[in-house]
Amino acid sequence: MKKKTFAALIAAFLATLAFPLVAQDAQKQIERYRELLADGNPAELLEMRGEDLWKQKRGPKNASMEACDLGLGAGKVAGVNAGLPRYFADVDRVMDLESRIVHCEITLQGFTMAELAKRPHSLNQSERQTDHEALTAYVVGQSRGAKVSLPQSHPKEQESFLRGEKMFFFKGGPYDFACATCHGVDGQRIRLQDLPNFQKADNAQRAFTTWPAYRVSQGAMRTMQWRLLDCFRQQRLPEMEFLSPASIDLITYMGVKGKDGTMDAPAIKR
Amino acid sequence: MTTINHKRRVALKSGGSLAVITAAISAGVLPVNAFAADWNKAAFDAKTLNDVLKAMGGSAAEKSGDIVITAPDIAENGAVVPVAVASKIPNTQSISILVEKNPSSLAAEFDILPGTEANVGTRVKMGQSSNVHAVVKAGGKYYVATKEIKVTLGGCGG
Amino acid sequence: MADPMRIRAQLKDGGITEVRVLMAHIMETGQRKDSAGNVIPAHHIQTVTATWNGKTVLSAQFGPAVSQNPVMNFSFKGGAKGDKVVVSWTDTKGDKRSDEAVIA
Repeated sequence: MKKKTFAALIAAFLATLAFPLVAQDAQKQIERYRELLADGNPAELLEMRGEDLWKQKRGPKNASMEACDLGLGAGKVAGVNAGLPRYFADVDRVMDLESRIVHCEITLQGFTMAELAKRPHSLNQSERQTDHEALTAYVVGQSRGAKVSLPQSHPKEQESFLRGEKMFFFKGGPYDFACATCHGVDGQRIRLQDLPNFQKADNAQRAFTTWPAYRVSQGAMRTMQWRLLDCFRQQRLPEMEFLSPASIDLITYMGVKGKDGTMDAPAIKR
Repeated sequence: MTTINHKRRVALKSGGSLAVITAAISAGVLPVNAFAADWNKAAFDAKTLNDVLKAMGGSAAEKSGDIVITAPDIAENGAVVPVAVASKIPNTQSISILVEKNPSSLAAEFDILPGTEANVGTRVKMGQSSNVHAVVKAGGKYYVATKEIKVTLGGCGG
Repeated sequence: MADPMRIRAQLKDGGITEVRVLMAHIMETGQRKDSAGNVIPAHHIQTVTATWNGKTVLSAQFGPAVSQNPVMNFSFKGGAKGDKVVVSWTDTKGDKRSDEAVIA
């Protein structure tokens, strides 16, 4: 009996010695897995659907989205996501990509906010992805290769960044968590996923340029609004409202921190 | 930047004939699987490598170093495991991918026709860490190569 | 109706045409249960065929263990730029989809 316990102790000790090596090797293997996955991203299927939707005449006004001004002028889609969120004079406020898409669906096509905000994200893999997800996938995909540079010259853009920053460090909820608890220090991870530290430019760039992303585990492409909604859920904070000023300010904060990154979204993640 | 060419996604499906076929199914005239007459149900139902081989019309498979499996050693998510198989065996007729510990082993079978390279890739689901077999039929005989792939379950977040 | 496939066909060195296909399909295994505890019936692609200028270059059979939104990569000899590659699939419900790409 005693011998067994001793053997177990030795085994446990050896395991602790061997662990860092094993972990390093595992990390390399996971990297390889991710590389193999990147070749063939199902988000491209959604981008195709989104492009069709974008050009289709829809809604009570029977209009397409092609006249939508996403920040670089009416009808311009290429590269827009690398400069969003930004200030839009026609609404006198800062909007992120998804807010602007919804705005155009309302103003150009005659949809109502109530119907568009009802179910923006698909629920699970058995459900067809929503039109909102498809439109977002298409527009985001048209920014691949563009350098991230959010305009910060308008006072409202600067205010949005400052509010976003404040929120990023604001602790709340039953866990007394802030975004910064996990995303403001080095070396944090949830199981095998390394978490980006937004205080480091390369980390922030990698995070900002790879969302939206196709989530393998959900069989669905997830938007940046969904990303924040789920972060809030994990922090046990009150539910993040779709397109809320808080969500836009946080995206502004992340985008400014990710300056000069090269857009590569929709990406593919575990 | 990605541009999408509309010409390459012309749907060839004919709505009219589909309606007729759908009606036939609802009337019970055609079994649903009648569409895929060349789908080897027995092979896809088989639980083991040997049973899959039998269902394919073979018996045993010889181990071969001329079959190369390209796949990760560890997959972050078992729902999507990239697996590619290349065969250097002359006259390769088909390549099959099997996951030993799945409820049914056979994941996919590819017929290699004359002029087609004996090199195919897809992605498979793995319920747990398991051996993955690549079975090659060449000159009427069966050959196999095996690779173990570990599956970790993804966490939340990311 | 099923969503379109994404097909890329590229002429490589040595006269080899490399074809990469992404298909939109749920690939339901028949092993999962819904929230009420009922088994969700299997629904997956069963057969895939690829032709080049009308000649079959690959035919495949898929079981439920092929991942959702399947990927299929293969290559063949003899293609030329501008030639057509057509990929078609049929699933367990008899649904079909056919799309084409031009070799680039």
